[in-house]
Amino acid sequence: MTVVLLICAALLTVAGVLALIRAERGPSMLDRTVALDIVVTVVVAAVALYAAAERRTDVVPILVVLSLVGFVGSVTISRFASVEPEGEGRVRSREEIAQEEAERIRAEEEAERARRARRAKEAEVAHPDAEPVAPVEARREEESAGHAADAQASSAEVPHDDDRAEHDGTEHDRTDEGSTR
Amino acid sequence: MSWDTVADVVASICLIGGALLAFAAGVGVLRFPDLLSRMHAGTKPQVLGLILVLIGLSLRLRSGGAVWALVLVALFQMLTAPVAAHLVGRAGYRTGKVRRDLLVVDELTDAQARAATRDDADLPRNDAPEETTDAERR
Repeated sequence: MTVVLLICAALLTVAGVLALIRAERGPSMLDRTVALDIVVTVVVAAVALYAAAERRTDVVPILVVLSLVGFVGSVTISRFASVEPEGEGRVRSREEIAQEEAERIRAEEEAERARRARRAKEAEVAHPDAEPVAPVEARREEESAGHAADAQASSAEVPHDDDRAEHDGTEHDRTDEGSTR
Repeated sequence: MSWDTVADVVASICLIGGALLAFAAGVGVLRFPDLLSRMHAGTKPQVLGLILVLIGLSLRLRSGGAVWALVLVALFQMLTAPVAAHLVGRAGYRTGKVRRDLLVVDELTDAQARAATRDDADLPRNDAPEETTDAERR
């Protein structure tokens, strides 16, 4: 038994060292994962060899735990190595978060401004003699009327303009009802 | 020659076989050129080598409870090793760590190409008009 023990220990030691060399070199994370799986297997075999040499049954639970832990480790690493795009797993600093937030807010404001400018231009096209700065009620009325005309003129071209004109019209009607009541 | 001696001899053979498989895995994982062949070398001691070692250990221990725990270890390993190997291989394929020139058969690439052409035929791309309508409705 002693000879067998020595042979097995030597083989397992060499195997573990070779796997560790691959884990150190390994060009990618997955090569290291495979190498570390082998290291875990070698450790399991070494513990089993020790238990066989000493006839000890109390180290058997260690084998159960090791086989489960090796599985969890390799699955976790390969899972993150597969889905993580470039620069995604980095923890951002506070300045970077603030900068991204500012950029987002600026983009929203620009979109809002462009939308207002386009609406003003549309209203101007519909009523060239109307004043650019009108009271809110009047401007809404003009806009709905202009959109209705626009929609009648070119309903086939721009279908969603029609939608908005209708929406504005109903809103306007509702306000009118409230005032007459 | 009693039964104990026979069991010890068989246990020694099994232990040496398992250690040899682990050694082969160490050599293979160091010498093989790419991820898939390293996985191929690395999975030898994970199932067969481990089962050999556990058979050797249970022949040495010869007690009921411990042997059942060893059966449990082998069962866990046979359940988890395919899952781990599948995930590693999938991640390696997705991140381009598979060397195509070493493969004899590559069915996955063909299947992916076929699926991509089928999807393109089914769904015409209309990303741009949707984007503009969304911006206008807002």
